[in-house]
Amino acid sequence: MLDQALSALLLQAGWNATLVALGAALLGAAAGGAGAFIFLRKRALVSDAVAHATLPGVALAFIVMVALGGDGRSLVGLLAGAAGSAWLGLLAVDRLTRRTRLSEDAAIGAVLSVFFGAGVVLLTVIQTMTAGRQAGLESFLLGATAGMLLEDAVVIALGAAACALAVALLRRPMTLVAFDPGFAASTGVNVARMDLAMMGLVMAVTVVGLKIVGLILIVALLIVPPAAARFWTERTDRLLVIAAGIGAVSGWVGAAISAAAPDLPTGAVIVLVAFALFLAGLLLSPARGVLAAVLRRRRFAHRVHRRQGLLALARGEAILEPLTQRLLRREGLIRADGVPTEAGRAEAAKARLDEARWAAMRARRDDAEAARYDGLTPIETVLAPDEIAELDRRLGPRAPEGA
Amino acid sequence: MRLRPARPTPPALVAERGRTLREADEGGAALAVRGLTVSYGESPAVFDVDATFPAGSMTAIVGPNGAGKSTFLKAALGIVARVSGEVSVFGRPLEASRGRVAYVPQRASVDWDFPVRVIDVVEMGLWRGLGLLGRLTGAKRAKARDALARVGMEGFAERQIGRLSGGQQQRVFLARALAQGADLYVLDEPFAGVDAATERAVVSVLKDLQAEGRTVIAVHHDLSTVRDYFGRVLLLNVRRIAEGPLDEAFTPETLQETYGGRLEAAGLGALAAG
Repeated sequence: MLDQALSALLLQAGWNATLVALGAALLGAAAGGAGAFIFLRKRALVSDAVAHATLPGVALAFIVMVALGGDGRSLVGLLAGAAGSAWLGLLAVDRLTRRTRLSEDAAIGAVLSVFFGAGVVLLTVIQTMTAGRQAGLESFLLGATAGMLLEDAVVIALGAAACALAVALLRRPMTLVAFDPGFAASTGVNVARMDLAMMGLVMAVTVVGLKIVGLILIVALLIVPPAAARFWTERTDRLLVIAAGIGAVSGWVGAAISAAAPDLPTGAVIVLVAFALFLAGLLLSPARGVLAAVLRRRRFAHRVHRRQGLLALARGEAILEPLTQRLLRREGLIRADGVPTEAGRAEAAKARLDEARWAAMRARRDDAEAARYDGLTPIETVLAPDEIAELDRRLGPRAPEGA
Repeated sequence: MRLRPARPTPPALVAERGRTLREADEGGAALAVRGLTVSYGESPAVFDVDATFPAGSMTAIVGPNGAGKSTFLKAALGIVARVSGEVSVFGRPLEASRGRVAYVPQRASVDWDFPVRVIDVVEMGLWRGLGLLGRLTGAKRAKARDALARVGMEGFAERQIGRLSGGQQQRVFLARALAQGADLYVLDEPFAGVDAATERAVVSVLKDLQAEGRTVIAVHHDLSTVRDYFGRVLLLNVRRIAEGPLDEAFTPETLQETYGGRLEAAGLGALAAG
């Protein structure tokens, strides 16, 4: 099975598997890019409503195609139905939020459950039809690549490429609307239309992704890549690229794993791969990661303890806190019995002198420099040497000598 | 919010209240507003306001909290929909003059944890006119750097905007407006919650703009500095109370009418007499 996954990963598992992997990668890139905007606009849940609203459309399209004499399994036809009902769901959320006193979360909840419920009822109806039993419409819920036709893969790849292109074209107005809608409107961007375009893009990604990822989990492929990308950058343009990259890798690897284990729903596998990448950022990101935050907090606590310990030594007080004792002992500033060493006395005197300098400066000034006093900032990083000398002259003979 | 073109007010109605929009335009107004009403729900936040801001002037919009100052500006610039009223910018419809207007929103209106650096925000001021495919050239990027230098923030270009003080954030917003190279600058509470150094820097930039012949309109809440910073006021409390040069419009009587009992309570009555 590992062999199979590896060969799918390296595009050596046959033409069909290759196209599926390519399609999934393109889909992931488009989803990551489009998702970045709804992530930044903080409207992730609307996409969940849109995704669930595709189900009745898929089912209705199937019924209509069978009624017209087909076998109802044309992917393009099913996706067209999905797009139609997703658009209705999107408009319903939009109207409910704008025209009534319902808040957006209530509108989302209502639309999501009603459309999904209608879809489930229609699926049950389809089960009773003769053509329905082999329809395999359930795969639209969680995604499946097993038994996917070549032309299906082509449709998905083309659709995903079109979405990615739209993201690239609209990146500036959409960034503007997400960051500062008031400013965007003042430069002539139609914010309402841009929001609709954003959701239209999400809808397109959802529809294109129905076959591979499925409607229940597509929201994760939209949101997890940008959330993961946010750990690695402070720039919107890079966030887009990284999110698209994470989406692409998730799609690629997920499709490969799924090719090796056809029983697993493809959508779930892809989302789990994306989640693994998210987890890596959550733990390891130097700026926003959990481990870095723990280390920063620890280092900060150590600085506070060290400084307070030194000031206590300068006042001739005993140090009782175990952490402070340990830190000062490790630096050789106090002996095992708590008595300050030579170096410790010098450091303590310096700490006390700095406090006195700060106090003298803050008594005379009320500016940005004076406001930087926080007990930890060394005064040398704020004032020039001549300014410090001037302060020392004012402190005069009262300047404390070694404690 | 969906924008809908307001129906033109019948000319007779406009003329009754003094100068028509066209007269204001011909008189060299940078921004002229007639009969502007804006409403959230069914109670007007701004009702039937006329205002004329001459080109090259520097005007404070003053009024109590909830008087509709921000709303007035947003509606004048087409950021929120208006129920009725007409707007012209440099004698033309707003849409035709968009490129000559720079708007500085309230600092609290955006998420400062957004993944952008200082220079990225300033460059947003250059995006209009690039189209969907255009690229920022070196000359344009230099313009953004210049704007940043003008507000004294060139040393912070690469910093994420969340790691700035409130005053620094305000300067970045101003720099973005400067990068737009506009003729009309509209600022919403540019001095709210900023440090004294920033306030001085912002005022000096605004006065320079005026000296270059540009027009400045700012929502301002500190009555004690109106006289130092501005040449004109628009006193607003849902309706227009007074408008014009300080000597005419910024008087104890007009302030009393604008603020009512709140003026006495705050002990501000003496300020306008200046």
